[in-house]
Amino acid sequence: MLFMLIRRVLLGGVTVCIVSLIIFSGVEMLPGDACTQFLGEYQADDELLAQCRKDLDLNRPAIDRFAEWTQGAVSGDLGLAADGKTKISTIVGDRLKNSLLLAFCAMSLGIPLALLLGVISGLWRDRLPDIIASTLAIFAMTIPEFVSATLLILVLSIWLGWLPGIVLTSAAAPSSEFFPEILLPVIVLSFVMCAHIMRMVRSSVIDVMASDYIQMATLKGVPYWQMVFRHALPNALLPAINVVALTIAWLLGGVVVIEVVFNYPGLGRLMIDSISDRNLPVVQSIALIVASIYVCVNLAADLLTMIANPKLRTMYMRKQ
Amino acid sequence: MPQPAFIEIKNLSVGYTSRSDKSILVLRDVNLSITRGDSVGLVGESGSGKSTLALAAMGYFKRGLHVISGQIHFDGIDMLNIERNALQRLRGGRLALIPQNSGQSLTPNLRIGQQITEALRLHSNIPATDFHAGVIDLLSQVRLPDPVGLTDRYPHELSGGQQQRVAIAMALASNPEALLLDEPTTGLDVTTQAHIMELLRDLAKDRNLAMLYVSHDLGAIARVCNKVMVLYAGETVLTGSANQVLLSPRHPYAHGLLASIPRLNEASLPQALDGRPPMPSETITGCAFADRCKLADQTCRSSPPPLDHLESGETVRCFHHYQIGQLNRKPQKSAKSNPIATCKNSALSLSNLSVSYSQPGLFSKLFRSQDIPPSTVERITIDIKKGETLGLVGESGSGKSTILKTIAGMVPAQSGNIILNQTEPLDTMVEKRPAAYLRQVQIIFQNPDDSLNPRHTVAQILAQPLRLYYGLSGTPLRDRSIAILEQVRLGEHYLERLPSQLSGGEKQRVAIARAFAADPEIILCDEVTSALDVSVQAAVLDLLDALKRQDGTTYIFVSHDLAVVKAISDRVAVLYQGRICEIGPVAAVYSAPFHPYTDALIGAVLEPDPDVAPRLTADDVVELSPPKTGCQFQRRCPRKLGSICEINIPPAQEVAPGHIIHCHIPQGDL
Amino acid sequence: MTLSSASYQQEKGRLVPVMKDILARPSGRIGLTLVFLHILLALLSPSIAPYDYKLQNSALMLSPPSTEHWLGADHLGRDILSRTLMGGREALLVTGIATPLAVMWGGFIGILFGLVGGRVDEVLMRVVDAFLSLPWILKMLVLIVTFGTGIGVLIPTLTFFYGIPVIRVARAATHDIIARDFVWAAKARGHSRISIIWRELLPNVLDTLMVEGAMRWSWMLLAFSSLSFLGFGVSPPTPDWGLMISDARGFMSFAPWGVIAPVIGLSTLIIGINLSADALAKALGIDRAQKAPM
Repeated sequence: MLFMLIRRVLLGGVTVCIVSLIIFSGVEMLPGDACTQFLGEYQADDELLAQCRKDLDLNRPAIDRFAEWTQGAVSGDLGLAADGKTKISTIVGDRLKNSLLLAFCAMSLGIPLALLLGVISGLWRDRLPDIIASTLAIFAMTIPEFVSATLLILVLSIWLGWLPGIVLTSAAAPSSEFFPEILLPVIVLSFVMCAHIMRMVRSSVIDVMASDYIQMATLKGVPYWQMVFRHALPNALLPAINVVALTIAWLLGGVVVIEVVFNYPGLGRLMIDSISDRNLPVVQSIALIVASIYVCVNLAADLLTMIANPKLRTMYMRKQ
Repeated sequence: MPQPAFIEIKNLSVGYTSRSDKSILVLRDVNLSITRGDSVGLVGESGSGKSTLALAAMGYFKRGLHVISGQIHFDGIDMLNIERNALQRLRGGRLALIPQNSGQSLTPNLRIGQQITEALRLHSNIPATDFHAGVIDLLSQVRLPDPVGLTDRYPHELSGGQQQRVAIAMALASNPEALLLDEPTTGLDVTTQAHIMELLRDLAKDRNLAMLYVSHDLGAIARVCNKVMVLYAGETVLTGSANQVLLSPRHPYAHGLLASIPRLNEASLPQALDGRPPMPSETITGCAFADRCKLADQTCRSSPPPLDHLESGETVRCFHHYQIGQLNRKPQKSAKSNPIATCKNSALSLSNLSVSYSQPGLFSKLFRSQDIPPSTVERITIDIKKGETLGLVGESGSGKSTILKTIAGMVPAQSGNIILNQTEPLDTMVEKRPAAYLRQVQIIFQNPDDSLNPRHTVAQILAQPLRLYYGLSGTPLRDRSIAILEQVRLGEHYLERLPSQLSGGEKQRVAIARAFAADPEIILCDEVTSALDVSVQAAVLDLLDALKRQDGTTYIFVSHDLAVVKAISDRVAVLYQGRICEIGPVAAVYSAPFHPYTDALIGAVLEPDPDVAPRLTADDVVELSPPKTGCQFQRRCPRKLGSICEINIPPAQEVAPGHIIHCHIPQGDL
Repeated sequence: MTLSSASYQQEKGRLVPVMKDILARPSGRIGLTLVFLHILLALLSPSIAPYDYKLQNSALMLSPPSTEHWLGADHLGRDILSRTLMGGREALLVTGIATPLAVMWGGFIGILFGLVGGRVDEVLMRVVDAFLSLPWILKMLVLIVTFGTGIGVLIPTLTFFYGIPVIRVARAATHDIIARDFVWAAKARGHSRISIIWRELLPNVLDTLMVEGAMRWSWMLLAFSSLSFLGFGVSPPTPDWGLMISDARGFMSFAPWGVIAPVIGLSTLIIGINLSADALAKALGIDRAQKAPM
């Protein structure tokens, strides 16, 4: 068990290392560097560029700078933004907090709903509740987020006037001030994430309900709902863990389009703004944060599956 | 004085609705009644509707199936019009099921103790505080070792035999009055199966149960049932006492089925029952069995035979049951060709072959370097003559398939030599072997569903060896393919079919055809009949034997079924944990003197004869790896001598010319 | 099993029966019809569009639907019907080229590494994981911002990034197939590596890749229109649904028709592709719900 755990964590660490390497070399390979971008507007002459590169320490070999960057990132110091003044950690900090808030709200609405709908449509396969839920899921999965967001704003905010359609709170404001503006983006996000999880859970419930052990439980005289909760669901929900993890990683990774539509000050919008401004140090940092979140969430899902699945658990715990 | 029926099924027809809205019958007008103390065997091939009938007795139908007509009563209770709560109380209560494949029928996330407790909670009056004691009592009743420890285990941590016993314990929790058994021993090893059958037999006797035992295995039926009903294509074709049905069957199908079972006391191949049962969707005008029946005439094809009630108490659905004597029960098959005497040249020789699957990973290399497990297969030395059929027999984990894979170059040998035709070494993996050697060794796998590419037509499948080894194409390729297909008794029209359009037996014939297309010296047969029905198995064995006699091919035939191996082989090697226990001519191995393991295996075989009881010598413990030193069988051996068996490798004793037994017990005492 | 003997003879290729199976399902019929209509429209729209898509008429600015302009006009006074009809051309062109390319390169690499296995494979999977852990929009925007927004940039960018998840799928499918007995049988007969890949592996992996391709297509369309919506896709005045929605959003409270027309255009296409992909997966016997979203 311990070996397995260490192995998984190490592999996750390796992935993060590769990510940072990709990010760093990706940025290195782009034409121009921080200085040509920063000074680009002034038609910088060679002398000015040389001075700038010296200031920003760009003349050292890439490997040295990579080492320094990663060292800083590990200790929480993400360096300075492209203007050479602002600390990246301050810019990113607030946005990260806001993104976490949005993700948390969407998760607490979307995941229970998705599991419930998935189980219901799996149990009542091909009957009315299933047909309605499955059709809605197809729409939620296929229609682009900006389309459903725009339509919801049109209906709920403009026509009915129930909810504010746009977030006007500033990035640094405390979390409580985002209500009720955050509700509409939360609804759209839960709608989208719900669909993937629901479809997965549905097919897993159908598989399990057709299994020999459910037939056996029925023929053992176990009452229906007891059978569903004791025999079916614990096994049917196991494979959902990984899908939920992927969805959470997607939520935390900055849902750019939604943030743009609702003007929400999260990581996603910071990312897009930084890319437009060519503020590459900030882009690098965001990429690293998002990738680390992705790896961590998936790692957590793997470990959770291992603990929740008796087959895997006993494989590592009891060595006969 | 007839007792009132306990389980009574009257005129039951069950069917499903096809995609094209047609109603398709799975069971047709079936009657069945079981009284207390009776145990009825339900026999039939796959697709005959026997499982559907058994589950119907519990008022249960698989998704899609529905009752078209008929009644089902259990102790006077109408099972088709019963309210849900009462049904739940009956199921697993007075009427319990022991399922097929317990490994999949036990809920994977619940511990053994929890699952049996659930049965106790639902169906017994004992107070909750006594549940634990009750569980342990049940587990010991089914003779499971360490019942206390078992309660904490999950199903997947148990061996197949243990899982089956847990399922039996669970069924017994409610102290049922009737027991339904749906193929309860299918897929278990011979010795395990024999032990479970004895347990069931004792239970039925002790508790005066009404039992319905579904199986395709007539040996198992013979052991526990006093009455037998034979189903064919959803219809009852024969009922009678076990002795009547199994010893002098009055229906041509039952007759053919019994004749197709290979038996330990016969030297010849079983008689094949050609053809296959009709699909439920086919319309049948006359007798469903007419196409495969030797007695069939015009009447059989035009009108359906009624179920005749004979004076002897049997019922038979056949116009010609009085002519059954015309079917020769034991046809005088020409004795098997005996190549040992005729041919001295070695086709393949294995010397001191050993194989190990465990490749120590980085961690174990670093930390537990001393702890290297013993090899999976070791000390295999066999010389196979040209034209000979060598049977390799043993239970699961005996290493028999591993040996085949090593010969085929799919698994690397750890040490030892494999030499083809006395001079050509096969010591490399398949990628590095010269093409000429490859052609000479062909392999046929157990499951044709997996060994035929689902995207290839039969023509494409057969073209592969023909192109590769003979460079055929165009008309010669097609002609040769047709010729080979005819050799395996399939017509030209099969060429364009995909594997999904063939029956199990047809698929295996195509796989055999593919192997013979290479015109090989040696064919490796890996459990080639295990996935097939008995009647189909007989046809495949017959085909293999005919082809061999025609081409003089050498076979290495791996199987867990001792009777099958006996029927087809010239020489047999008995394996346990990857080591040879005994090897010799087939007649010698199957008669005394025995290696203790061979004795245990042969004793455990269930014959389709109610008068033959198995002898159980060794325990049915499952061992995961061979012992580090000494004899491979030491832990289960009923005749273990002492420490000598634990320390020293048993010597090879030649008890008769060519008959070698590896055992410490002196020759005279074996 | 239920095939009648007459249909054995017709079973030549697999395309015909698979196509029949797709069309036998309502989802397949609706989906394929939608996709077909959209492709037809993309080809014909320049000649059937009633007005020039770039013709601005300040008198018509944000005018509601009328008999001359059935769907009204946008904030620059351009005819919305004409722009909606032509709004899928760019998207279909770019994704129509990039999807097969992505499936091809991802499939090729995935099969290759699935076959090679061992250390090389382990390392590659780490790199694939690393790429997947980055948000798609970040990866693509960095390239687009640097190199520009033309088709010449969009197609290679989409091809590259959408091929990476295909690697994973193709590799997993390869692992499943090579463990099966028919591959062992071919190896034991001594067929060459190429022959085994070509005859045994590919026909089986291809099913998975086809379904994967259909799904990638719809996701790529999502990505493409999202990029347009964010202003990083096609450049104005080229009509594109994503861009049109983005432009019309600001006037949504008093001119909602500007949003609704392109929303319908985009949604019907993506739903069409998804329904077809669903039907294809079922016809080939691959369950699509089990696939995790990427």
